[in-house]
Amino acid sequence: MLEHYLSLATKAVFVENIALAYFLGMCSFLAISKKVGTAIGLGGAVIFVLGITVPLNQLLNQYLLKQDALSWLGLEGINLGFLTFLTLIGVIAAVVQVVEMAIDRFSPELYNSLGVFLPLIAVNCAILGGALFMVNRDYTFGEATIFGLGSGVGWAIAIVALAAIREKLRYSHVPEPLRGLGLTFIVVGLMSIGFMAFSGIQL
Amino acid sequence: MKFLRDKLDEAAPLFEKGGKLEKLWPVFELQDTFLFTGGNVTRTGSHVRDSTDMKRLMVTVVLALLPCMFFACWNTGNQAMLAIAKGALPLDSWRMDLWQFLGLSFNFKSDFLCILFGSLYWIPIYATVMIAGGAAELIFAVVRRHEISEGFLVSGALLPLTLPPTIPLWMVALGILFGIVMGKEIFGGVGTNFLNPALTARAFLFFAYPAYMSGEAPWIAANFEGLDNFTGATLLAQAAETKGALEGMSWWSAFWGNIPGSLGETSALACLVGAGILVITGVGSYRTMLGVALGTFVMALILNLAGSATNPMFAVPWYWHMAIGSWAFGTAFMATDPVSSAFTSRGKWIYGFFIGVLVILIRVVNPAYPEGMMLAILFMNMFAPLIDHFVVQANVRRRIARSAI
Repeated sequence: MLEHYLSLATKAVFVENIALAYFLGMCSFLAISKKVGTAIGLGGAVIFVLGITVPLNQLLNQYLLKQDALSWLGLEGINLGFLTFLTLIGVIAAVVQVVEMAIDRFSPELYNSLGVFLPLIAVNCAILGGALFMVNRDYTFGEATIFGLGSGVGWAIAIVALAAIREKLRYSHVPEPLRGLGLTFIVVGLMSIGFMAFSGIQL
Repeated sequence: MKFLRDKLDEAAPLFEKGGKLEKLWPVFELQDTFLFTGGNVTRTGSHVRDSTDMKRLMVTVVLALLPCMFFACWNTGNQAMLAIAKGALPLDSWRMDLWQFLGLSFNFKSDFLCILFGSLYWIPIYATVMIAGGAAELIFAVVRRHEISEGFLVSGALLPLTLPPTIPLWMVALGILFGIVMGKEIFGGVGTNFLNPALTARAFLFFAYPAYMSGEAPWIAANFEGLDNFTGATLLAQAAETKGALEGMSWWSAFWGNIPGSLGETSALACLVGAGILVITGVGSYRTMLGVALGTFVMALILNLAGSATNPMFAVPWYWHMAIGSWAFGTAFMATDPVSSAFTSRGKWIYGFFIGVLVILIRVVNPAYPEGMMLAILFMNMFAPLIDHFVVQANVRRRIARSAI
């Protein structure tokens, strides 16, 4: 059992890294990766949000939305699957709201540097992607928790590494047309070649 | 000497600002500083706090690579002739026509013939890299008005050494163009990139054309298809395939390098000589090298103890890991690249250690890529700036605490 969870975590962090293998959550990945400190803050927020919303959505999916999910109420043959997207996004938006208020309260400095991208976590495709992967792969509650946290950690590692690289690249002499986002796209592409080291691991 | 200096000084006004050939200044500068020590040393990018400059630094690396290049020629020829002696057919190419025209035979005992035959493979690959990569470097230098750096000579010597001898030349050209342009020049030239350009090129080729970069066929320059009891696979691939494959083999021949593999990576001995030159001259960091060795040792030991019933790679001991594959080559020349490795002294230990851990993990756990060195170094190149960041931050905190502000 432990081994199973361990391999699921490795898979979520490295092999199927949500940023560099699936390219999800790109908007904030590219925009908030100018400084390591801010990137760590956003990475932490994403770990927290993914770690809470994925298991929460798993519960809702299992006991409310799936085919025959309401059998514990004695109702057979009901499928609320058409509400999946609505529910997933609702849960994510609520959790992000809570995170936003908490960061505003405890670290106004981080709150200011994250700016509009903090509420935008709600529509970050990495978060919804995590929840949808969970639905698609039929994870149990335990698996969903590990997968949510693992995906978050993978995303956070990727954005922090990208931020450190971009801090280093500030001293580079980049051709005019490539400055800014253009170069960042290329850097992310090269990073994902590096992450291909893990593709092919069977777990 | 005086004559050369005079000639160069005479030509200088043509190339300086306002001169007729102003655009070709990098070409003139290249020759000038190749022959004489320049008046001013490095201005941007990598920095050296010494009386040397980037050119001398990089040329030292090229010198350290000479044993590997020499061995690459001998081993390519020797492997091919051994296979031919066992019944394989020589590859049908212009090399064979030349060989027959010269009236030479295949004899794996003759070192001279081995080197000659091997250089028929080594020289075209190296020349392709120099021409294609040099052209890209020159265009960027002229358009962007920076100097042509000897850094290219290093990348251009490293890349062919990591390629299999039978690789088609157009692939070599494509690879070096990707490495030089995407891996280095778009960041602004030597010293400003974050990945090792030679490794970027190799990784690109590896993922784009896996059939030419892995498996059994590419490592030996002979056609041994259908030959019984003969394998062209690298020792790592063999070890991953069958349990105890390494037990019947001699560790010393793997160390000496008389095994199938990429051109320059097979001989741990030649790499050791190169590593010695780099450490003595202070060009390569002994911290990185020792870090890699330590990481390999620790991780291999852990996996040996953990053991596995199904995966034979778990049982491979650390001294075999260091002798086979590109471990020695990567440790000596790739990991120590001053631009893409960590800058801080403590960071170099951490950076090296994680390369060592990762290379073992990839070799053992990832069945898709039995050769893990390239990917491990590339992966840690990505994290080197982050390691530096944390080392510097820790130092800042320590000094604040010490001065008790």
